[in-house]
Amino acid sequence: MTMTHETTGVLGTRMLRKEDPALLTGEARFTADLAIPGALHLAVIRSPYARARIVSVDTSAARAHAGVRAAYSGADLADLWAGPMPCAWPVTADMKNPAHLPLAVSQANYVGDGVACVIAETAEAARDAAELVDVVYEPLEAVIDLEDAVSDRVVIHDEIGTNKSYTWDLKVEEQEGDVDAAFAAATYTVKERYIQQRLIPAAMEPRAIVAVPQPFGGDMTLYSATQIPHILKVMVALTLGIPEHQMRVIAPSVGGGFGSKLNVYAEELLCVALARKHNLPVRWTETRSEGCQATIHGRGQIQDIELAADANGRLTAVRVRLIGDMGAYLQLVTPGVPLLGAFLYAGVYELPKAYDFSCTSVFTNMTPTDAYRGAGRPEATYAIERAMDSLAATIGIDPLELRRRNFIPTDKYPYEAFTGLVYDSGNHDGAATLAAELVGYDAIRAQQKTQNVDGAKRRLGIGVSTYFEMCGLAPSRVLASLNYGAGGWEAATVRVLPTNKIQVVTGASPHGQGHETAWSMIVADKLGVAPEDVDVLHSDTAISPLGLDTYGSRSLAVGGVAIAMACDKVIDKAREIAAHQLEANPDDLEFAGGAFTVAGSPDRSMPLAAIAFEAFTAHNLPDGLEPNLEAHTTYDPPNFSWPFGTHMCVVEVDVETGEIEVLKYVAVDDCGNQVNPLIVDGQVHGGIIQGLAQALFEEAVFDSDGNLRTSTLADYLVPAASDVPSIVTGHTVTPSPTNQLGVKGVGEAGTIASTPAVINAVVDALSGLGVRNMPMPASPNTVWSVINAAQGGSQ
Amino acid sequence: MIPAAFDYVRASSAEEAINLIGQHGDEAKFLAGGHSLVPLMKLRLAQPSVLIDIGRVSDLSYIKDAGDHITIGALTRHRDVETSSIVNEHVPLLAHATSHVGDPQVRRRGTIGGSLAHADPASDLPATTLALGATYVAQGPNGSREIPASAFYSGYLTSVLAADEMLTEIRVPKMNGAGWSFQKFNRRAQDWAIVGVAAWRNGNEASVALVNMASVPVLATSVGAAIASGASIEDAAAQAAAEADPQADLNASVEYRQHLARVLTRRALEAASA
Ligand SMILES: Cc1cc2nc3c(=O)[nH]c(=O)nc-3n(C[C@H](O)[C@H](O)[C@H](O)COP(=O)(O)OP(=O)(O)OC[C@H]3O[C@@H](n4cnc5c(N)ncnc54)[C@H](O)[C@@H]3O)c2cc1C
Repeated sequence: MTMTHETTGVLGTRMLRKEDPALLTGEARFTADLAIPGALHLAVIRSPYARARIVSVDTSAARAHAGVRAAYSGADLADLWAGPMPCAWPVTADMKNPAHLPLAVSQANYVGDGVACVIAETAEAARDAAELVDVVYEPLEAVIDLEDAVSDRVVIHDEIGTNKSYTWDLKVEEQEGDVDAAFAAATYTVKERYIQQRLIPAAMEPRAIVAVPQPFGGDMTLYSATQIPHILKVMVALTLGIPEHQMRVIAPSVGGGFGSKLNVYAEELLCVALARKHNLPVRWTETRSEGCQATIHGRGQIQDIELAADANGRLTAVRVRLIGDMGAYLQLVTPGVPLLGAFLYAGVYELPKAYDFSCTSVFTNMTPTDAYRGAGRPEATYAIERAMDSLAATIGIDPLELRRRNFIPTDKYPYEAFTGLVYDSGNHDGAATLAAELVGYDAIRAQQKTQNVDGAKRRLGIGVSTYFEMCGLAPSRVLASLNYGAGGWEAATVRVLPTNKIQVVTGASPHGQGHETAWSMIVADKLGVAPEDVDVLHSDTAISPLGLDTYGSRSLAVGGVAIAMACDKVIDKAREIAAHQLEANPDDLEFAGGAFTVAGSPDRSMPLAAIAFEAFTAHNLPDGLEPNLEAHTTYDPPNFSWPFGTHMCVVEVDVETGEIEVLKYVAVDDCGNQVNPLIVDGQVHGGIIQGLAQALFEEAVFDSDGNLRTSTLADYLVPAASDVPSIVTGHTVTPSPTNQLGVKGVGEAGTIASTPAVINAVVDALSGLGVRNMPMPASPNTVWSVINAAQGGSQ
Repeated sequence: MIPAAFDYVRASSAEEAINLIGQHGDEAKFLAGGHSLVPLMKLRLAQPSVLIDIGRVSDLSYIKDAGDHITIGALTRHRDVETSSIVNEHVPLLAHATSHVGDPQVRRRGTIGGSLAHADPASDLPATTLALGATYVAQGPNGSREIPASAFYSGYLTSVLAADEMLTEIRVPKMNGAGWSFQKFNRRAQDWAIVGVAAWRNGNEASVALVNMASVPVLATSVGAAIASGASIEDAAAQAAAEADPQADLNASVEYRQHLARVLTRRALEAASA
C-alpha cells in the first residue's frame, strides 16, 4: 500500500481503537448517564391511532398526580414554536410539506405521533401520569399501502390536498427518445419490481436528551444522543426562535445512529422549549418501543426497474420508477433519500446516455422515514444488482460474466458517467476477481451441478453483488444543484500545545466509528508524534463551533482530509520558525520524523517540540509571525468519493422448511488507502450484517390499520452474533486521486453491497425450482411459500 | 420501560410464600427468576401490586434420583438442569431442551417451575415435560397435590394452579435409554420456537409433544398411536398436526406451522429411531 506521507509508519496499521477502553469498561458516559440535579422528566403521550382527529385532551388528572409539574396538549404549546419541524431538503420547488409540530394539535398521523406531554420530578411519576392524560380521538381511515397513497383515494393531510409530496425526474438522453429507442432495439430486456421493506434502525443506545438552561440570560445547553450537534444547533435555534449564539449542543458518547440520529426530533424541541418555559433542566430517554415507533424508519420504496441490453448483454438503457414512502411527515432529509440513489441505478456499469428515472414520494400513516445506513444507495444497488441477475438468467449466462462484460474499464478512470458525475477511480474487474478467488467461485458452480439435482432437499446458491458507494456528500455546489440545505465541507483545527502534545478539533461527530483513533493516526503520521499524544475534541458546538457532523460516509474523506490539510498548515508555520532559529532558508528544510533538518547538514535540526515551545514563548519568532502553533482549515472536496467492491455470498436453502444457511460471505471492498484496516473491517462487518438483516430478518410490519406489530426487539428481528456468518474480507487499494490521503468512505459499503448478494444467492439456489424473485426479508415461511408458488402449489 | 408501582416481599420458604400470597390475594404474584414476569411488567401488560419473591427459597432448588424417576425442585435454574449429570444421564431430552431456552443469561436466572407455571405454549419445557409424562407437585394452604403435565395446561398462559398454589417439584420418569430428539425451529438462535418438537421412542412406544402449535402445549397422541400400530415414521409424522390448533403470527402462517410440525416430527422420529 502506498501512502502519500509515510513518516511514522502508523498509517495503515491495525492500531487498537482509543475509544474502546471507556466503552468496554462501561465508563463511557452517554446522555442518559449524565447526572443533572433538579432535572424534570418528560413523558410523551402518543397516538394509538394511525390517523385520528384529536377531539379533546384533558390533562387535569395528570397534573394532579404526585410529582407532576405540568402537562400539556399540543394546542397548549402551539405558541412555543417559531417554525415547524425542520425539513432541510426541499427537493423540488413545489414539494408539499404538511404542517408538522412537535406535538400534533388537531390530527395525529401515525401510531406514536405525540399529542400531549407531562413533565414530572421523576421518570416514574411522568410515566404514571402519562397514563392519566385523557385524549378523545375520532379515528379516521389510515393510508398504509403506497399505491393506495398515490391514488389519493384518502388524502391524509387536508391542507395539501394530495398524498404526493413530489415527483423528481432525472432523464439523461443524448437525443430525445433515446431511452425508448434503446428499449425498442434491445436484444434483451428485463422488467422487475422490488419492494424495499421498512426497517427500524435500532441503534444500541436509544435516543436521550437533556436540555439545561444556563444561569441568567437565556443560554441553553442541549445534550443529545445525536449524530449532528452542529446541524441540530442551527435547527433548534430556528425552530424555537433562540438566538443561535445562545444555543450550545453537546453529543456525549453516542451509541450508534445509522442515520436515525441524523435528525431533529420532537422530543429535542420539547425538552428545550419546556426547559426554557420552566427554567429548569428537562430530560427524556426513549424506551425501545418508542424507538421502534417514533424514531425514523429506513427504506420503504417500491422500485420498478427495466434494463435494455444488446446481443452481448451490454446495457443500452435503464428505466426506473420509484414510489417513496415518506411516512406521515417529512423529517430532516426524508425527501432526499431516493435522490441519493438516483445516480446509482446503473451500478458500476458503462451506460450510454439513455437513463430515465422518476420518483414519486408519498405520505402514509406510518412513522416518518429518513436516511438509514446507505440512504438511497442500498436501494439503488439492490435494484440494479438483482436486475442484473435477472438479465443474466434471461440471456442464459453466468451473472459474474454478465457483470464483467459491463464493468467500467479501469483504464477509463476518472470516468465521466452518463449523469455527468465523475467517478474518481475504480478497478471493478480486480475486485471481482479477488472475490471470486476468495469464495472459490468456480468450485461452487461445479458443486451446484452435483448438489442441486431433482429432489435435492438442500440447494446451494451463490450470489454476486458489485457496487459503488457515492459518498462524502460534497462538493457544496453539487449539493446546491440538488436543493440540499447545507454544504459538504468540514472544518479542522490542529493545535500544537507548548509541551508538544497535539489538540485536534474536528467538525465531524463520531458515534462509534473511531474518529479519535483515525484522526490521531493521521496527525501522528503528519507531525511525527505518537498517536497517544494526540487528543481529538469533537461533538460540542462550543469547542468545535464549525462542523457538518457525521453521516453519509463523509467523515474521513472530508473531515479526515481536513485534518491532514490543517497539519500541513502547521508544518508550514513551524518551518518558518525553524528556519529563523536555524538561520536557514525555509526551502532548504526537510521535515521528517517530527523534526526539521537543513538539507545536507543532518546536525542542523530542530524538533517540533522545540518549535512548539518557541511558538508559545514567542521570545524569538520571525518578524510578523503570530505566536502559537495552530492552524484551521475548512475543506470542501472537489468531488464525492467513490468506493466500490464486490461481495459474494454462498447459501444453502432447506427446501422443506425454507430455512437459509449462509455458508460463506466474502467481501472485497476498495476504499482507497486505509488509515486503519481494523476500523475498515469493523465498518465492513457491521455494514454487511445490517444489510444481511434486511435480506433475511428485519421488517417493520404494520397492519392495515397502521399499528406497528414489531415494536419490541422480540418481534423486530435484529440478528445477533449467533445468527450471522463469519465474514472473509479482502481489499483492493485504488487511491482516490481527489484528496491527499487517497481515501474514500467505507461506513455504508457493507450495507449497500450485502443485501443483493444474499438475495441473489437465495434465488440462485432455488432457480432450479423455477424461483425468479424473493421478497424481503426472506423468512423461512416466505421462502417456503415462494417455492410452493413456483412449483404450482404442490410440493 | 418503567413498570407500575408494586410492593415487594421476600419469602424464605414455600410455607411462608403461600401464606403471603394468601394475605395479599389476587393482586399478588410469585416472582421466581423474573424472566417472564418482569418483561410483562415493564410493558405494563402485568401490573401485580405485590411481588412475593421465591427466588431465594433454596431448599426448592435440587435435582435428585428417585428410582424410576428424577425429582427437580421448582426453583432449580435452567442452567442447573442443563448441566446436571443426573438429568443428562436419565432424562437427556430434558437437559438438551433446557439448553435451548433463551441464552446463557436467561438460563442462569430462569427456573423450571417458573417456566411451567407461566404456561407459555411457545416455551420449550412445558411441551418437553409433557412428552416425558412428567408430574408436577403443587403446594397450597391445604397441602400438596400431584398434577400430571397432561392435565396442567388449561389455556394460553393459564394452568389449573390456584392463585395461592405454588409449584414445588417436577417429577420426570427416567427415559431408560429411549432414543430422543428435540427440534427447535426459530429465526434467531435465542428466540422462542416458531414450532418445536420434543420426541422420544423406545421400540414401538413413542411420545411427541409440540411447542407453539396451540394455546397450550400439545401432545401429538396420533403420532404415538401410529408408531404403536407399526406405521412408518413418514406416515406417523404426517399425523403430527392432528391435535394442534395453531395460530398465525409474524413468523408463520397456520399452514406453514402445520407443515413445520410434520417435517420436524419426521426429523425428530428419525433421530430418535437412529
Ligand atoms: C430473552 C429471553 C429469552 C427467552 N427464551 C426462551 C426460550 O427460548 N424458551 C423458553 O422456554 N423460555 C424462554 N424464556 C423464558 C424463560 O425460560 C423464563 O425464565 C421462564 O419462562 C420463567 O421462569 P422464571 O423463573 O423466570 O419465572 P418468573 O418470570 O419469575 O415467573 C413466571 C410466572 O410464573 C409464576 N411462577 C413462578 N414460579 C412459580 C412457582 N414455583 N409456582 C407458581 N407460580 C410460579 C410467576 O408468578 C409468574 O406468573 C426467555 C426469557 C427471556 C427473558
